[in-house]
Amino acid sequence: MSQVVTPSATPAAARPRVRRDIGIKRRYAAERRFRAYGIAAILFGLVFLFMLLTSVVSKGYTAFQQTMITVPIEFSEQVIDPNKERATNPQKLLTANYPVLARNAVAKVLGVAENDRTKMREVGQMLSDSVRAQLRDLVVANPSIIGTTQSVRLLAAGDLDSAFKGQIDLDVTESNRKISDQQVGWMKQMAEAGTLAKHFNTGIFVNGASSRPEAAGVGVALIGSFYMMLIVLVLALPIGVAASIYLEEFAPKNRFTDLIEVNINNLAAVPSIVYGLLGLAVFINFMGLPRSASLIGGLVLTLMTLPTIIIATRAALKAVPPSIRAAALGLGASKMQTIFHHVLPLAMPGILTGTIIGLAHALGETAPLLLIGMVAFVANYPTTPLDPSTALPVQIYMWANEAERAFVERTSGAIIILLLFLIAMNVGAILLRRRFERRW
Amino acid sequence: MNMMSEAAVEKALDQKMNDVSYKMVGKDVSVYYGEKRALFDVNLNVRENTVTALIGPSGCGKSTFLRCLNRMNDTIESCRVTGRITLDADDIYDPSIDVVELRARVGMVFQKPNPFPKSIYENIAYGPRIHGLARNKADMDQIVEASLQRAGLWNEAKDRLQESGTGLSGGQQQRLCIARAIAVSPEVILMDEPCSALDPIATAKVEELIHELRSNYTIVIVTHSMQQAARVSQRTAMFHLGQLVEENDTDKMFTNPDDQRTQDYIMGRFG
Repeated sequence: MSQVVTPSATPAAARPRVRRDIGIKRRYAAERRFRAYGIAAILFGLVFLFMLLTSVVSKGYTAFQQTMITVPIEFSEQVIDPNKERATNPQKLLTANYPVLARNAVAKVLGVAENDRTKMREVGQMLSDSVRAQLRDLVVANPSIIGTTQSVRLLAAGDLDSAFKGQIDLDVTESNRKISDQQVGWMKQMAEAGTLAKHFNTGIFVNGASSRPEAAGVGVALIGSFYMMLIVLVLALPIGVAASIYLEEFAPKNRFTDLIEVNINNLAAVPSIVYGLLGLAVFINFMGLPRSASLIGGLVLTLMTLPTIIIATRAALKAVPPSIRAAALGLGASKMQTIFHHVLPLAMPGILTGTIIGLAHALGETAPLLLIGMVAFVANYPTTPLDPSTALPVQIYMWANEAERAFVERTSGAIIILLLFLIAMNVGAILLRRRFERRW
Repeated sequence: MNMMSEAAVEKALDQKMNDVSYKMVGKDVSVYYGEKRALFDVNLNVRENTVTALIGPSGCGKSTFLRCLNRMNDTIESCRVTGRITLDADDIYDPSIDVVELRARVGMVFQKPNPFPKSIYENIAYGPRIHGLARNKADMDQIVEASLQRAGLWNEAKDRLQESGTGLSGGQQQRLCIARAIAVSPEVILMDEPCSALDPIATAKVEELIHELRSNYTIVIVTHSMQQAARVSQRTAMFHLGQLVEENDTDKMFTNPDDQRTQDYIMGRFG
């Protein structure tokens, strides 16, 4: 009994178990520290992402709405075709003084006398210059409306649009802002009457370049970007994959192929503007292809994207387990069959990811396009890749250089459109990956 | 005197029979990996419809020799093979022999089960398809069924032919790989430690399978397990440091080997 109570009687039990200090606490502390660093890094990234999105969305969402004035317009024959010569002279309908029609209609709504010239000028300033083209197109398409009165939705001028959206500080002295007190009064009057209201802005998606912000859109840029992405995909994917397969599976490993590999890795890091210079020198100056064409943009972006695709594809090919190759070769499959039947399908998800990353990179690339003349004022849709066009990021760049307040929201609006396209592409990549992975 | 002559006659007969039934003959086979020499003038003959086991400590060159038999070493860039290996008297390293055709005649089963990440059916059908062995779908179905039957996997797999081959258990996967090798009707099957990744029950099944396959195929198997060599093989070759130490009947090898090193290895004194 006493032995149990006092186990220290035996020397072995007397020694208390000394725990070795193997730095457990220190190790756990290091781990906790590392986790904290990791969380801090992620939070840092998230904060900036949040700031980016908030800034872009808060500035840009208004670009998808546009202030418009709906008024009954009297297509007076006296203004359009006073001498009744439209049957013999088709130019007459194209050159008629349409803005007067719109101005008179608005003046009528506001109760401004037509002979008050200063007030009439101010009324005219409230309307976008694009009403000329809008009314002209209406009349040319259907000359029978001459002499009738039609309700037409007109674009308000950019400054009125900005004022209506509250983007112009109306407390500033009248002489220091682009919209007069008289115009603000009319704006409020029309807004109350329901004549002036914000509508969904389809123009930003379909219109081409315009110096008037209210009529400017990314239509041309979207088509240009679409052509370029198509060219990049059609050229860069097969060339890149073929090059990677050759380098990875067939090429002998010697100094020359080492050199090529080093160069490809370096090319991926070459500033994109250098590719622009290359495109300018080779495609435009040497081969004589047309400037500002999306074909050249696509070719330049293809060159720029190739290293990314090659590196991603080689990594994906390397990641295919050698046992699969051995299995196929052991069955008597040729090298080509082994690669195309077994290795390539397994590498496909990786290749697709690399390709989409490369495409997304190319979609957002601006610098090389500036050098090959894609920074241009293009108002007409390009029908083929050989027609002049711009690209989404270049359009953003050009709008960011504009002075009008209304271009600020359009710049952010275009960034939102670009981001949506990138998100759509990434979703596409994920879906493709899923599909290919499920097949196995 | 009488006894002697009888023994001599038996030996001569044996020799004669052996001459006829050698499926593959390796003569002065040496293998170099770059500067390093991995095999030293190995002379080893593989008998027809016999299981030949290659044993020896790790790195002794037995797998290297095995991979010479269907030229899988070709896939290693720095590898160089000298000497002469024949399959039915054809030199397999002769330029006139196509490596694809050779591998269709000399199949291989690897250490780790490596089914293609496709359906069980596709795994088996792939080889016959690339070699054009089936004229139509019914033919192919027949080949798949026969191969799985022979590999003893039919009953387990017949209801899940369209499921992925990688979803099978390790032992089933290895039998699938054997079925895949059989499907192209090879003459020789090389097995590189086919059971090293399997549990004892799966191992027993594969060994049983090897035993059954012997009547139709010539089998060369590399193994680290003495017991396995003793169980499945009729002939055993012992490698050490890149040299063939001894090649003999398995029974003799494990009871009364000619070479001291073989005895030591089998007794577990080294390796």
